[in-house]
Amino acid sequence: MLHIVNKSPFEKDAFTSCMGHASSSSTVLLIEDGVFAALKGSAVADQLSKAKVVALQSDVAARGIEANLAEGIELVDYAGFVDLVTENRTVQSWV
Amino acid sequence: MKISIQVNEGPYQHQSSDSAYHFVKSALEKGHEIFRVFFYHDGVNNGTRLASPPQDDRNVQQRWSDLAKEHDLDLVICVAAAQRRGIVDDGEAERNGKDATNIMDGFRISGLGQLIEAGIQADRLVVFGD
Repeated sequence: MLHIVNKSPFEKDAFTSCMGHASSSSTVLLIEDGVFAALKGSAVADQLSKAKVVALQSDVAARGIEANLAEGIELVDYAGFVDLVTENRTVQSWV
Repeated sequence: MKISIQVNEGPYQHQSSDSAYHFVKSALEKGHEIFRVFFYHDGVNNGTRLASPPQDDRNVQQRWSDLAKEHDLDLVICVAAAQRRGIVDDGEAERNGKDATNIMDGFRISGLGQLIEAGIQADRLVVFGD
């Protein structure tokens, strides 16, 4: 299953709710301000190991945080985003 | 694969319309079919033709319209959300006694059943919003 989180974890609790529900085999895609959840050493960084976490490269670059990501965060472009949607039978946006 | 899209936010207010546009463009480039894009809530504001953004900025509404023309996309605006926000086509102008229309070429106004159908007919429904 693919979860999509588009909110900063420092503004709304969508990321924390998502990680509370996601199974370890799920993929969590961070887009828009959701990419801030991928920061190294943040208050929510310990939750990143609960599932596979992927971030949208263009949104990461737009916010200038590429050099400060937690270890193991995979980056995808929009083509990779489309692949994640087609590879997973269910897609849930945490809007 | 058949993919449907739901957009819940208006242009220039939130990134979701931009994200949805780039996703749709990328999916089409990869050979997938976009069954429908459904604009709901403030998302209906993506369907006005009367916006004039600065020339050095992207024109979100026009960009959707151009993409629809190029790929024969079905861009559907929720009628109840459109009535509240003043997105009007010929039929709505007549029904509600309005003196003008503003719907962008390539968009059509219809009901929530179109979203349900989009969810049933497509293999995936991806929601962009706030």
